Amino acid sequence: MGEEVKVFGYWASPYSYRAELALKLKGVSYEYINEDIFGNKSDLLLKYNPVHKKVPVLLHNGKPIVESVVILEYIEETWKHNPYLPQDPYDKATARFWIKFIDEKCFPTLWLAAWSSENEREKVTNEACEYMKTLESALNGKKFFGGETIGMVDIVASSVGYFIRVTQEIMGLNLLSADKFPQLFQWSEDFANCSIVKESLPPRDKLLPFVKGLIAKYQQDNAKA
Amino acid sequence: MGDEKVVLLDFWPSPFGMRVRTALAVKGIKYEYKEEDLSNKSDLLLKMNPIHKKIPVLIHNGKPICESLIQVQYIDEIWPHKSPLLPTDPYQRAIAKFWADFVEKKIYDLGKKVWTTKGEEQEAAKKEFIACLKLLEGELGNKDYFGGENLGYVDVVLVPFYSWFYAYEKCGNFSIERECPKLIAWAKRCMEKDSVSKSLPDQQKIYGFVLHLRKVVGLSKILCLQHISRHC
Repeated sequence: MGEEVKVFGYWASPYSYRAELALKLKGVSYEYINEDIFGNKSDLLLKYNPVHKKVPVLLHNGKPIVESVVILEYIEETWKHNPYLPQDPYDKATARFWIKFIDEKCFPTLWLAAWSSENEREKVTNEACEYMKTLESALNGKKFFGGETIGMVDIVASSVGYFIRVTQEIMGLNLLSADKFPQLFQWSEDFANCSIVKESLPPRDKLLPFVKGLIAKYQQDNAKA
Repeated sequence: MGDEKVVLLDFWPSPFGMRVRTALAVKGIKYEYKEEDLSNKSDLLLKMNPIHKKIPVLIHNGKPICESLIQVQYIDEIWPHKSPLLPTDPYQRAIAKFWADFVEKKIYDLGKKVWTTKGEEQEAAKKEFIACLKLLEGELGNKDYFGGENLGYVDVVLVPFYSWFYAYEKCGNFSIERECPKLIAWAKRCMEKDSVSKSLPDQQKIYGFVLHLRKVVGLSKILCLQHISRHC
């Protein structure tokens, strides 16, 4: 086809993971470039994402697309087979609603719960649990948020289902537990066990020390502030 | 298509609500506007948006759609042939969605800081606010609208904030037009269209609303108020 597809990402970033999973679901070959986002961002990254200077960046035939959710919608519209967003406008709006909810409520509070201080943690944890309960209701007995197969909400929810689970392990938290959120827990198991998901997730043994270091840094910065 | 029922639960100063009003007006869609008293939310609002309990809520044939960007995209997809807001090309769509996301991430929060803070914090907010508007000017370039020759998605997402510019300027003691003349020219061009001018409240009215909030509530409490809460 002569398509040139590149992803500028970071191996541990849940956002750049989304772009990679979407391309894999569509069976699109791409070149992956790991950016040193904590050290030294490449000139190319700064050129392709001058506004936010962040990963992921999808480069398709030389044209950059940035922001993970924008990238996911672009991939869906460009490679129409194996759709992961519903066709019906109302169902599409519903999927977009849950995506926003995950990104603005679930993921940030869960991450905050992981590294916040003892006295703040309870309040944040309670808030996170409320959000998880609400997110669980979106599953509504389905295997995946997308129904029988992985949809865009599942791709975005990987931040919660995998990355947060790893984070919790490090912190000795048990927020996403099978007894508290049985459906959501089962979903995260089913999701992580899909072969296409497994082959692109950053390995746990590498992610654990990385997230540990990141949490320590957040706690340090927070203590100073 | 004749018996479509469209209802909008809204609050008149909300820039988020204004986006939906504008999108519906651009497409010539008739709808019922219901003003919400945010200190006494209606049963309908609480039923239609149980998770966030916020306006705007678009109700189409009894089914609710929440979150203004999602609502505008929904409107564009339900009525695709009337004045399309998003282009058909995926790359052009991605650019439009990127800038709409940029407006969403920056403009409301920075604008709010401009009219609710003082001193160094306010100066920093003003500086960043202008920097963001300048980036948007860059994206506009020589086009009449972000959508090209006609109003598009980014125009609809951004133009509501123009109704708040006078309030920002008075509170922040600065001139947005002096810093970003191209953007103001764009906003005035948008306001020449009925679909925009009839969907946005008068700038003086918004300023009056801000003064009222400051007087009645006190600046420190404003940040907590649901009236101007982030996802309203």
